[in-house]
Formats: sequence, structure tokens, C-alpha cells
Amino acid sequence: MGWVRGYFRSPPAVIGLVLLLLVVAMAASAGWLFPRDPLALAGRPLVWPLDNPRFWLGTDNSGRDIAAQIFHGARISLLIGLVATVIAVLIGIVIGAVAGYYGGAVDTILMRVTEAFQTLPNFLLLLVLVVVFGSNITTVTIAIGVVSWPAPARLTRAEFLSLRNREFVQAGRTLGLPDFKLIFGEILPNALPPVIVYASVVMAVAILLESALAFLRLSDPNVASWGNLIGLGRDVLRVQWYVSAIPGVAILVTVLAVSLVGQGLNDALNPRLKGR
Amino acid sequence: MTAPVLALDRLGVRLPPGADRSHALQDVSLAIAAGEILCVVGESGSGKSMTANAVMRLLPVGVAIDGGQVRFDGRDLASLPEAEMRRVRGAGIAMIFQEPMTALNPLRTIGDQIGEMFGIHTGLGRAAVHERVQALLEEVRIPDPVRAARAYPHELSGGQRQRAMIAMALALDPKVLIADEPTTALDVTTQAQILALIRDLQRRKGTAVLFITHDFGVVAEIADRVAVMQHGRVVEEGPAAEVLERPRHPYTRQLIAAVPPLKAPPPRPLSDEPILAIAHLSKTYRTGGFLGRGARVTHAVRDVSLVLPRGGTLGIVGESGSGKSTLARCIVRLVDPDQGSVRLEGTDLATLPRAAMRGQTRHIQMVFQDPFGSLNPRRRAGELVAQGPIVHGMPRAQAMARARELFALVGLDPASADRYPHEFSGGQRQRIGLARALALEPRVLVADEPVSALDVSVQAQVLALLADLRLRLGLSIVFITHDLRVAAQICDLVAVMKDGEVVEHGPAGAVFERPRHAYTKALLESIPGREFGGLAQAPA
Repeated sequence: MGWVRGYFRSPPAVIGLVLLLLVVAMAASAGWLFPRDPLALAGRPLVWPLDNPRFWLGTDNSGRDIAAQIFHGARISLLIGLVATVIAVLIGIVIGAVAGYYGGAVDTILMRVTEAFQTLPNFLLLLVLVVVFGSNITTVTIAIGVVSWPAPARLTRAEFLSLRNREFVQAGRTLGLPDFKLIFGEILPNALPPVIVYASVVMAVAILLESALAFLRLSDPNVASWGNLIGLGRDVLRVQWYVSAIPGVAILVTVLAVSLVGQGLNDALNPRLKGR
Repeated sequence: MTAPVLALDRLGVRLPPGADRSHALQDVSLAIAAGEILCVVGESGSGKSMTANAVMRLLPVGVAIDGGQVRFDGRDLASLPEAEMRRVRGAGIAMIFQEPMTALNPLRTIGDQIGEMFGIHTGLGRAAVHERVQALLEEVRIPDPVRAARAYPHELSGGQRQRAMIAMALALDPKVLIADEPTTALDVTTQAQILALIRDLQRRKGTAVLFITHDFGVVAEIADRVAVMQHGRVVEEGPAAEVLERPRHPYTRQLIAAVPPLKAPPPRPLSDEPILAIAHLSKTYRTGGFLGRGARVTHAVRDVSLVLPRGGTLGIVGESGSGKSTLARCIVRLVDPDQGSVRLEGTDLATLPRAAMRGQTRHIQMVFQDPFGSLNPRRRAGELVAQGPIVHGMPRAQAMARARELFALVGLDPASADRYPHEFSGGQRQRIGLARALALEPRVLVADEPVSALDVSVQAQVLALLADLRLRLGLSIVFITHDLRVAAQICDLVAVMKDGEVVEHGPAGAVFERPRHAYTKALLESIPGREFGGLAQAPA
């Protein structure tokens, strides 16, 4: 596996991976470090960070422990990011693969549908979906996945267009392989690396989308997410700015980590593109 | 010999660490005099192109000259500052490349690009440049030079583009012209014209030409002197006639022996019973156009009727665009023909529904041209071979065992079945492709240029393997090729295609010795070094 060594040769990629592992560690240790419900009242409201040793990141405007919310929020953000990305990439791959492989009328119809999704600002579409289907964590996650698929679909289609006429695919056809085996067994493994790299972008955007929803208080209020905390902090932004700033930094670090990992993967999987 | 114009003296070129060898070139010493054509021949990886790039100092990143000299015009190019070197390139030493389409800028006209040479190296005015460009284009005998100057690269044919490249290279009357496989991407008739043009211009202008090629036919046609390269070293050098007729180095002998002679071996007895009968097959492509207006219609295959007898080999030869590959793809139904029938032992493949055709694929298999592109890089070699039998219902373990047997049959180590395609050489990959096609025990094998991407010595081995398997397995083969030498060696019957039609067909011996159609005659006359290649039969 030469690309693994290539990955670890790039300092930004290693930093990204360390940051991402840190966030994962926060999510994993949340239940152990903060066994209580992070949304339960813990003390006086609006305690500044480092003022009270019990609340080293302070408390929010209703007196809940910010540190506990950050740790538990890491779970929610990673979960939403991962699941939404999987949904988006799966839909994208299937639509892109079918459009790219069959071409012609199938391609035209699928690409017009994709364009229809792309011309709508996806945050507006997300708002509509959440308003219609309600805002619990499951629907929010699915909705984020559903609005994020067009870009992976286009990427997959472009890869398929260039791969479908390659001789090894034609060889598969002359062997009598049925279409679904050609699409998923022969072409897809070769088309996958750029899509996997792009998935990191989808994941970063998914985390940001959830935060944006929560900021507007349209996300699930019953879970401790970073976005919810920022939304709460909005009311006290001018004085107790730390209530919004701390989860903001957490989001920044996570998105940065995911992007760096994606960029590192890209360089490692396509070594020829490096240095351009 | 007169004083050389360009002399390489013990030139060494270092490769980056981690490459398959430490040096691309080692101790390369060559000299070219004015008015002389020196051919550098070798197989892929021999360092012949690297020699050309080293002279021009156009080396890839990480590759550098690390010893020796390149003497030109009283200076050592190897140590010249980059700014000085730029003045040498184009004006002192010019270069033409293999693929004129990628060597020309697609967004600028031909005249503009040739004129740029004068813009960079001289102070001529616009009108004078225009005049010189016209004169050059006339000199390289491009048809309609006025229109050609205004044309974009894609509007010209491959041969015309290469003429334009030559005009550009000769614009400033360079002392040395480096030609890196300039005719390899061209059809044989165009190649003959370009070779004649290069030789003619070189004689009139007294240019020294460093001609890089892998084709001994081209060497026999054009060279004054020959240098043979292997693994980055010059193994033999001398006057063309001497090297070609009395090669001293064993590697040269081996290379020359591998060049197939242009003479068909005595005919084999053929069965009267046809196994594959193609009748009135046609395929037309329509591109572009809106609601039927301005559409371009290409008759890729036009009313082709051919018969392949059981156990025979039918060669389909022609230049690019003749429709031979489309015909092959129609036979195996990678392309659906518009009209006509392809009868395989009575079953018409051309009109079978897709699902039924998938069942028939076990009887007719295809071998592809590109040894790199035709194997899925993400599957192990053994899996690739076993894939066909598995799809047709063989249990996996049995199919893998069969794959190992086939590896032995095509001359590969059965233990290497666990490796990935990139771990094999080009010739070995072509054997894997062959094993994959044979795994289904087909009755007919359609081979589309199976040896065109291989070096001559590997090509000879794969052809020998094919001939051997044909005998042992009783295979009937449709063999597509642009190389008439190869066709002469392996085919019992030959069909010559031009513009989608079969213009002549018959037994190989008859077609090659007594061609009836004018186009066949032209094709045969264009083969470089026609007389050359009989050496294979001569006692070594």
C-alpha cells in the first residue's frame, strides 16, 4: 500500500488526521467524562470559562455545562456528517454510474434532474425539507444527505464517461458480463478514488449545514449539537460571546481536519497531481 | 568523415532514485555529420528518446545529465546556461515529435505557430514572416498552403500536421534536426511520404538528422548510419548497410531476426467448411446535426462479406479509419451493426437479443490491442482469466484452477496468477489477455491489433504463441492489423479494407505477391524497407 506511506509524508495531512482523531476521541470519551445528560441544568447560567473549576468551559444561558455539550456534540456532528455523507455519496454514485454508463436518453434525464437540484440553493431546499418533515435528528440527517448528492453524482458520471469505453470494460462485455457487474464490479472500483476524496468535502459541508440549521433553531433541539449551542449563544453574543465562540471553534477544527484529510488522500491517491 | 555537427561524448543521464535503473543513458557517444541521417534504434526503455531529450536539455523533473558532453557549434550544450540553450533550441537544433496533434497548439492556426519561430528568433516584419511561412509550407508540399496556414491543427490530417511540424522545425534552417519517431503515429502510405520528404529536404539543405525509431523497416529506408541502443547504452554503431546486413552484436541480430519478412510462408491446407460467415454487414455513424440538419454521416463498415473457414486465420488489414476495428467490434457485438448478418456456425449473432448474445460469447472471444488498458487494474491476473468461466456458470474454485492451467498454456508462471496486472510486462499482459479469451474455449478468436503495442522481439514471441495455439486448439482467428508484415506471417486469408469497404481479398500469398487492386499495391509499396526482413531465414 504505497499510498499510505505517501499520505504520511505530507505534514498537513498528518495534522488533519491528528485533529480528526482528537474529535473522534472527544466523541468516544463523552459518556465517560460527562456521564450526566449534557442538556440537564448543571449550575448558575453564564459562568465564564475558567471561573469555576467544575465548568472549565463555563455554562450557557440556561446553566448547562458547555464542556459536556461540546463533547457530546462531537458525537452528533460526526454522526450527522458521516451518515449524511454516506447517503449523499450512495445516491450520487448510483445516479452518476447509471447516467455515465448508459449515456443517451438515460443520461440526459438524470442530468437534468441533477441540474434541477443544483440550481436550487441547497440550504433553501434543506429548509423546505425540514419544515415539511419536521426537525428531529433523523430527518435532519437524511435531508442533508438528500440535498448533497448532485456533486458526487456529477463526479462519478465524469469518471464513468472516461472509463466505460476503456478496453477492459469492453473485454468484460465480450466475456458476457451483465451490465450491473460491469458497472459495480469493473468500472466503479476504478472510478472510486476521486469520489472518496470528494466525500470529505461533502462531510465538511454536512457538518456546516447542520450547524447553520441549528443556528436558525431549526435543528433537533433535544440533542446536544454544536449548532444548537451557537444558536443559544446568539442571544448573549455581545457580552458572553464565548457561548457561541467555543462550539464555533470546535466546528472550525472538525471541518478543517476533514478537509485536510481529504486533501491528503487526494495527493496520496493521485501522486502525479502533486506539485502542480 | 567530415567534422561532426553534433557530437555526444560519453553522455550520462541519471534517473531519480527508485527508478528501475540508476541511469537512463550511460556512456553514450554518437556523432552526426552535416547531410547525414543517423538512426537511433532500440526497443521501449532503451533510452533512445531520452537521448534526443538530453541533447535538447528537455528532461523530465528529477532526471539530469551527470556526465559527458554534447558538443554543438563549438560549445558544450550539457553545461550551457538555460538562456543560451533557448537560443539553440529551434534555431540551431530543431525537433519533431511523434504525435503532431499534441505537439501543436490546438487554439492557434498553423501559420501563426510557424510564424512564431521567426518572431522569437528573428526581427522580421509581419509581411516578411507571412511570406516565409507560405514558402515553408510549399516546401513541405502541404496541399493548398494558403488554406493550410489559416487552418487549425484539427482541420488537417495527421500527415499534413506532421508536414506543418516539419515546416516549423526547418523554419530557421537548423543545422541539426532531431526526429523522435516522427512517423510512428501515421499510416503506412503517409509514413512513406513523410520519410521521402524528410530525406529530400535533408539532402537539399544539408541538415544533419538524428532519427529516433523502433522500426527496422524505417531504418532500412532512410538511414545513412545506425546506432543500436539497449538499456541506455549504444551496443552497435556503423553504416546502415553494414549493421543491417552483417550485425555483429547479438542484440542487434536478435532485433533484426524478429522483424517479420514481407513474404507469406507456404499456404496451409484450409477446410472448406465455413465457421464464421459475414454477409453484407454495414455500420453507419451519424454525429452532430439538429433535426437532421448538418449531420455528419460516416460509413464505418459498408456491405462487407467475408468467410472464415474452420481452423483458418483471416487477416483484415487497412489504415486507420478503414473500418477494420469497427468490423471486429460488430462481429463480437460490442457494436450493433445496422445491416447484414454474422453467422457463427449457423447462428446469426448480428440480430441476437442482448441476453442471448451474452450466452453466445463463450463461442467467440476477443483479444484487445492495448496491453495496459485491456486488463482491469484492480483485479488479480488469475481472477481476470477466471471471470469468464465464472459468469458462464463454472464454480469459482474450478475456474481458478482452470486459470492456472491457462497461464501455463500461454507461457506464464501459474504462480503469478495472484499478481496484479501492473506487475507484468507488456508482452506478459498480452498473454494474460489471450488466456482470458481462451478460458471460455471459444471456437473463434477475434484479435484486434494484438501485437501492435509490443516491441518487435516481444511481438515475435506473441505471434509464435498465437500460431502454436491455433494448431493445438484448432482455433479459427480473425486477425485485425495495420502491419502488413505481421499479416503476411500469420494469416491464411487476407482482406484489405479502405473507407469501410473490402477492396481485395484472397489467400495471403496471392494478395502479397500479385495484388490486383491499386490500393493494395500502394499499401505494399509504402512499407518501409520492403526488401528488408529476409534475414530471419538466413543462417545466423
